[in-house]
Amino acid sequence: MITLSHFLVLAALLFSISVAGIFLNRKNVIVLLMCIELMLLSVNINFIAFAFFLQDLAGQVFVFFILTVAAAEAAIGLAILVLLFRNRGTINVQDLDAMKG
Amino acid sequence: MNFEIPAFLPAVPEMFVLAMACLILALDAFLPDSRRDITYGLVQATLAGAAVLTLWLAGPETQTTFSGTFVADPMSDVLKLAMYGVTFFVFLYARPYLIERDIYRGEFYVLGLFAVLGMMVMISAHNFLTLYLGLELLALSSYALVAFWRDSMRASEAAMKYFVLGALASGLLLYGLSMIYGMTGSLDIATVAAALRATEEGMNVPLVFGLVFVVVAVAFKLGAVPFHMWVPDVYDGAPTAVTLFIATAPKIAGFALLMRLLVEGLGPLHGDWGDMLVVLAVLSLAVGNVIAIAQTSLKRMFAYSTIAHVGFLFMGVLAGTETGYASAMFYIIVYALTAAGGFGMIILLSGRGHEADQLDDFRGLARRNPWFAFIMLLLLFSMAGVPPTVGFFAKLSVIQAAIGAGYVWLGIYAVVFSIIGAFYYLRVVKLMFFDDPVEERAAADRGGVFATAISVNGLAVLLLGIFPGLLLTLTHYAVAG
Repeated sequence: MITLSHFLVLAALLFSISVAGIFLNRKNVIVLLMCIELMLLSVNINFIAFAFFLQDLAGQVFVFFILTVAAAEAAIGLAILVLLFRNRGTINVQDLDAMKG
Repeated sequence: MNFEIPAFLPAVPEMFVLAMACLILALDAFLPDSRRDITYGLVQATLAGAAVLTLWLAGPETQTTFSGTFVADPMSDVLKLAMYGVTFFVFLYARPYLIERDIYRGEFYVLGLFAVLGMMVMISAHNFLTLYLGLELLALSSYALVAFWRDSMRASEAAMKYFVLGALASGLLLYGLSMIYGMTGSLDIATVAAALRATEEGMNVPLVFGLVFVVVAVAFKLGAVPFHMWVPDVYDGAPTAVTLFIATAPKIAGFALLMRLLVEGLGPLHGDWGDMLVVLAVLSLAVGNVIAIAQTSLKRMFAYSTIAHVGFLFMGVLAGTETGYASAMFYIIVYALTAAGGFGMIILLSGRGHEADQLDDFRGLARRNPWFAFIMLLLLFSMAGVPPTVGFFAKLSVIQAAIGAGYVWLGIYAVVFSIIGAFYYLRVVKLMFFDDPVEERAAADRGGVFATAISVNGLAVLLLGIFPGLLLTLTHYAVAG
């Protein structure tokens, strides 16, 4: 029997992987974008699991909106990435150091 | 299943802004570069129209519509009007800057208008879904705005950093919201609050877990320490016209996010998030004020000062009283107005191919142009909290609210760090009035409209300080409603 906590643990694992990916990744900006997508998808698992076990549709509706927003976000992220590559000729995370942050 | 037609009336300002933004976007595509002023005029007219509609619909009663996902109450009216006002000044200041850099295109204003729409939705959100959608509309427009100057290397780097950390914050917010949804069984803000009040026995671990994520996400969005890394880089790297925008109006929307999410939705958990905000406020006040001293770029200095101001904002909210919320609202509106003037002043002194964002650019301004030096003096005094400017009353009321709620040590701590903060504001005043100019550069002529606007902005800071009653009454009315 798959219970709610199985779903939550899976989502938490995926979420941790994505956060770790954002902070540990030192090489490629595209990997950052992938981590962000993974993060949103892990949240979707959470919402669907809760919606299913609560027998409430609102959570599933939320997931559709998150998917749509994630698509728009990916589009803008990739556009910025193209811009970055045109201006600097590299998409290495370590090269993003014109300003000390 | 029957479908009930929702009441559209409370959301008419949003619909108007959306329709106008789409219209302007389509129209702008057919305009030659020489006619760009039409786009600009229409955008400003849209803001004015939205203000008229909001005023017309404003009332003391709370109305919800669209199945309870959207609310129009006194708080939303006051915050929206403040946001239109600040945005109006921002668009006005941005125009000469964009013209001089050959980026005077419709995209800036259309994206700005969509960001305004996102902020309006956030301010009026009564459901986690609308809150999230408004936040994302604002955030996505802001990322595009930062990247909007395509040939600037620094802008594209700033945009990437902003995008990654902003998306991370959205992800954290969603994760926290999903936890709260799971524990309360609802996305509706009022229902969540009712469910939390009903189950108020002891600590609910998943709930507090979700709450931590939500608070961290809000801190990320507002740029509170320790989630502030993006603020200086984005403010510094973005074109000044865009910095001007993202540093002002979205702060008002950020306050709305705090109020809707933490106070209205998770109010019963005040004991938990209040402590988290205390930590964030203490760190923000210290780090923001101390690091700002070391900056030589005015844009970076303002970025760190924003961080310190967010600390003050949190102080008002964590007090958890009506006075606290009202004073925080007063603070953020005043801050947005003052910051708009401050960045506007950088644009005023910039010229074609020259960015007046270094402290040295302000050296000897009083000799070159005494009137603008005086306006800048007022703005800096207000940021530092020197009476009789309005910044003093803003700081005073927030500190009073915190002390009233029992945080006496936090009040003293805030006073100490405001004094430290006053140092770097007064240093600019000293540079303007007592130092000689580095090089003689004729200030570019900005025309009468710009000069009038920035004078109005600076004098408003002084007048609101002498007569703070009106704005104070408004914020109390907004919070009590």
